[in-house]
Amino acid sequence: MSDLETLERTDLVPQPPSDRKFEAPESRARPDIAVSDKGGSMRRMRALIRKEMLQIIRDPSSLVVAVVLPLLLLFLFGFGVSFDVTKMRVGVVIENPNPETEMFLASLANTPFFQVRVAHDRRAFLDDLTASRIEGVVILAGDFTQRIGRGDTVGVQIITDGTDPNTASLVNAYVQGAWQTWLAQRALSSGLQAKALISTEPRVWFNPELESRRFLVPGSIALILMMIGSLLTALVVAREWERGTIEALLATPASVPEFLVGKVVPNFFLGLLAMAISVGFSIFVFDMPLRGSIFSLLAATTAFLLVALSAGLLISTVARTQFLASQIAMMASFLPGLFFSGFIFELSSMPAPLRAFSALVPARYFVKSLQTIFLAGDIASVLVPSILILSFMSVVVMALTWRNSKMRLD
Amino acid sequence: MTGEEIAIVDKLTKRFTPDGTPALDAISFSIKSGQVTGVAGPDGAGKTTLMRLMAGLLVPTEGKLTVCGYDTIKDSIALHHAIGYMPQRFGLYEDLTVLENLTLYADLRGVVGKARTETFERLLAFTDLARFTSRLAGNLSGGMKQKLGLACAMLKSPRLLLLDEPSVGVDPISRRELWRMVLALTEDGVAVVWTTAYLDEAENCAEVIVLNNGALLYKGDPKAMTAHIGDRVFLVEGGGGERRTLLARALSRPEIIDGVLQGDAVRLVVKEDAPAPTAVELESAGRVTIAPAKPRFEDAFVAMLGGQPKRTLDLQAARQPASEGRAAVEAIDLTMKFGDFTAADHISFSIKRGEIFGLLGPNGAGKSTTFKMMCGLLRPTGGTARVDGYDLYRAPSAARGRLGYMAQKFSLYGDLSVRQNLDFFGGAYGLWGAKKRDAIDRVVAAFDLGPHLGVKAGTLPLGFKQRLALSCAILHNPPVLFLDEPTSGVDPITRREFWGYINSMIASGVTVMVTTHFMDEAEYCDRVALIYRGKSIAIDTPDALQASVRTPALPNPTLEDAFIALIEAQDRREAA
Repeated sequence: MSDLETLERTDLVPQPPSDRKFEAPESRARPDIAVSDKGGSMRRMRALIRKEMLQIIRDPSSLVVAVVLPLLLLFLFGFGVSFDVTKMRVGVVIENPNPETEMFLASLANTPFFQVRVAHDRRAFLDDLTASRIEGVVILAGDFTQRIGRGDTVGVQIITDGTDPNTASLVNAYVQGAWQTWLAQRALSSGLQAKALISTEPRVWFNPELESRRFLVPGSIALILMMIGSLLTALVVAREWERGTIEALLATPASVPEFLVGKVVPNFFLGLLAMAISVGFSIFVFDMPLRGSIFSLLAATTAFLLVALSAGLLISTVARTQFLASQIAMMASFLPGLFFSGFIFELSSMPAPLRAFSALVPARYFVKSLQTIFLAGDIASVLVPSILILSFMSVVVMALTWRNSKMRLD
Repeated sequence: MTGEEIAIVDKLTKRFTPDGTPALDAISFSIKSGQVTGVAGPDGAGKTTLMRLMAGLLVPTEGKLTVCGYDTIKDSIALHHAIGYMPQRFGLYEDLTVLENLTLYADLRGVVGKARTETFERLLAFTDLARFTSRLAGNLSGGMKQKLGLACAMLKSPRLLLLDEPSVGVDPISRRELWRMVLALTEDGVAVVWTTAYLDEAENCAEVIVLNNGALLYKGDPKAMTAHIGDRVFLVEGGGGERRTLLARALSRPEIIDGVLQGDAVRLVVKEDAPAPTAVELESAGRVTIAPAKPRFEDAFVAMLGGQPKRTLDLQAARQPASEGRAAVEAIDLTMKFGDFTAADHISFSIKRGEIFGLLGPNGAGKSTTFKMMCGLLRPTGGTARVDGYDLYRAPSAARGRLGYMAQKFSLYGDLSVRQNLDFFGGAYGLWGAKKRDAIDRVVAAFDLGPHLGVKAGTLPLGFKQRLALSCAILHNPPVLFLDEPTSGVDPITRREFWGYINSMIASGVTVMVTTHFMDEAEYCDRVALIYRGKSIAIDTPDALQASVRTPALPNPTLEDAFIALIEAQDRREAA
C-alpha cells in the first residue's frame, strides 16, 4: 500500500477520544533526555524557522499568496466594489419643452451623477425601464412651466426600478437633490429669497467627500489579511503531508510547540509583507489618508495576523491536502469576514443573534481598528480594546491548535 | 552489543476503524541489534503500519510495543532521540539543498559543533554525496535521494534505524550500494529494520518477518525458510516456444503447487513428499531436461501460502486472426525532449505477434515516457510508432482502437460497480448495443466476475481489481495489450494469477508490451529492452542478456546482474 493511501485512510477515520489528546508534559520530559539535549528546543525552533524561510524563498507559491493575492484583491475591492453611484442612466420626459424645462434638464445633466436621455412622451421610456436599460424616469408634466410660474406646488414625477431598491432610492434622492438645487438657483436668479425656517449645514468628519472607498479599503485589507494568514499556514502544513516530509519530521525529537513556532514565525513576516503591500497600495493608489501612527498599525496587524495564522494551523490539523486546506481556509476566513466584519454589511442593522455571532469574528475588530487608524488617527478607546480582544483570540486559537496537534499520524 | 533485543513486539494489533479488519493482527517478534531484520510482504500486508507503530507515529490498538526500552507513545520524544526513521519517499525537503536537509535534521537531532562537522564529513563520504551538497534534493536521482534520506536518518548514530521500502523504484546499482551501507552500520551494533515488497531482498537479511494481510507468516532466518522446501524446486529447460503451454499443463497436475516462467525455462515447485516431475508427465513433445534448482525465498513464500491458485482462462472467443507477417508493434527512433532534457533518445524496437515484450528500467530512465508515446498519450519530438500497422500519430484512432491499455494502479472507477465499470469502458471503446453486451458477457464468464457484478470496484480485493482492470482493457478484443507496471508491489499469488491470464491470452495470439522495474516481472517476457538514461541499451531475451554478462567470476548471473553489468558498460562507454 502506498504511503498516500495510508495517510488518507488514517485521515478519514475518527480516532477514539483517548487518542486525540496531546501527551501530558510530564511524560515527555524524561530526565535522561533533558540532560542530553540542553538548549535543544531553541535550536530546533531556529532550524525549523530557517527551513521554512528557505522554502518560502525557493517555492514561489507562498510568495504568490503573500504578494500577488493582496494586490489582486485590493484592486478588485478598491475599483470594483463601490457604493458611490455615478452615471445613473435616467430618462427625462419633457412633455412641453420651453426654457424653464431646459434649465432643469441642464442642471440634471451637469451633475456627474446622471446620464440623461430626453423624450417628449412618457411611454418612450417604459420599455427601457422594464428592461433595466435605464435606472429611472423623471417626468415634467405639460403644465410644469405654468405651475412654476404661478408659484404653485409643482409635481415632478420620478419613476424608479424597485427591483434594485438601493439604486432606486439613490436615483430618487439625487433627483430630489438636483431639484432642490435648481429651485434655489432659480429663486436666486429671480431675486426671490427662498424662505427656510431651519437650514441644516451637514459636515462629515473623517471622510468629508463621503467616498465609500475610504470606508471599504480598510475593510478589504482586513479581509485579505485574514485570508492570506490562514491560507499560508494551512497550505504549508498540508504541503508537508502531501509530500510525506511530515513523517520524517514527526520521527525527530521536535515537539508540537516547536513545530508550531517554526510555522508561525516565517509566515508572520510574510503576512507583514502582504500588509505592507496592501497599505502602500491603499495610500499611493487609492489615495487613502493614514492618520494614525505606524506603531498602532503594526500593533493591530500583529495581533490580527497571529489570529489568522493560528486559524490556518488549526485548519491544518484536519486538512491534509493543499486542496482541502485552501478550500477550508477560504470558507472559514472569507465568508465570516465578508458578512460579519462590518466591512460591507452594517452590523448594527443585523438581528441580535447574528450581531452576537459577529463578536466572534476577528476581522470585525481589525476592520474597526484599520478604519480608525486610516481615517481618524490613534484613538486609544477604540484601538486598545480591539487589540486586546484580538490577542486573546490568538491565544485561544493557538491553544486549540496545540491541543489538537499530535506528533503522530493518526 | 550485537544480539541485544532493541524492540519487543507483543501481540500487537492495529485497526484503523474500530470494527474493521486489522492492518496488523496480534503479531509478536523481537528485533535484535547489530543485524538487518527484513519485513517482507506485498503491498497492503501491514509493513508501513508496523514501521509507523515502531516509530511512535501510530497508537497501537492492542498489545505491547517497547522500542529501545521506551513506550512508543508515552515516551515518544525520548524514543525519537534514539531512533532514525526513513519514511517512503525518503522524507526529504525537495526545495532544500543536500546540505540544508542535513543541517535541518542535525539541528533537530542535536548534532552540533564539532560532532556535526565530523558526522557530515563521514556521511557525505559514505554516501558519495560530497560533490552535490549545494544541489536541491528535488534534483537528485532516485538513488541519490535514497542515500540522502538514509544519511538524514542516521545523523545521530541511532540505536534503531527504520527504513520503509528504501529500495522501491531505485536502480539496481544504488540498491546494492544501499545494502553495503546498511550492512556497514550493523557492524557498529545498530539494529536495522528494512521493509520490502521485493521478496528476493529478504534473503539478504539476518532475520526476516514475513507479513501477509496483517498476519505474521514467518519469522526467523530467511535461509531456514527457503531450506524447508529444499529439494522441491525444479527447473524445466528446453521448452522453447512451447514453454507457456508446458507451464499450463504442469499447473494442471495436483502435485505441482507452483510454477512460473523464468526466462526460457519453467520453474516448478512440487508438493511435500511428491516425486520430481518427469517429461512424460508434462506431456512435453520436445526434449526437455528437468533438474533440481536452488530454492528462492519467493518459492517458499508461495508454498507457505499453499501454492498458487489454479484456474485457466477460457478466452477462445477472443482468438486473434493468424499472423499476417508484419510486426504487431513498432517503435522507430522514438525521441522525446523536454527542454534540453532528452527523456527518450532514438528508441527503436519491433514486437512480433504473440510476443511478450518488456521495457525494463529504474524510475526516471524513460520507460514511462516511451510507454506514453506508444499509447499515443504523448506526441514524440521525433520518430514514430505503429500498432498493428497503423501509425499512432497519423491514424491515431485506428491505432488506438487496436490496443488495450491497463494503467498502473488500475484506473477503475472505485465508486462504480463492476458492471458499471465494464459498461463505461465498453462505451469508451466504442462498443454499443448487442456488441457491448456480448463483449461484457464474454469477459464476465472468462474472469468469473459474475458473482461480483453489483459490488463497488473500490471495495474489491486486489486480485479481483486486477481481473476487472484487465477485463476492461480487453473488452474491445484488441490484438495488442499494453500493461504499465501491472504487478509491481502485488503479492506473488495475485501476480501469478495475473500472468496466468496473460499467458492464456498470448496463446490466443495477443501481443503484450509491459513496463516494469521488477526483475521478476521481466522474466515473464520473451524479450526485454533495457532502458537507461533515455536510451535503449540492450534488447534481447532474458536468457541471452544473462548469458552476455557471464564470466568465470559470475557463472550464473541473474537478470539483475545482467542489468547492472550492462549499465556499467554503458557508463564506461559514455565516460570514454
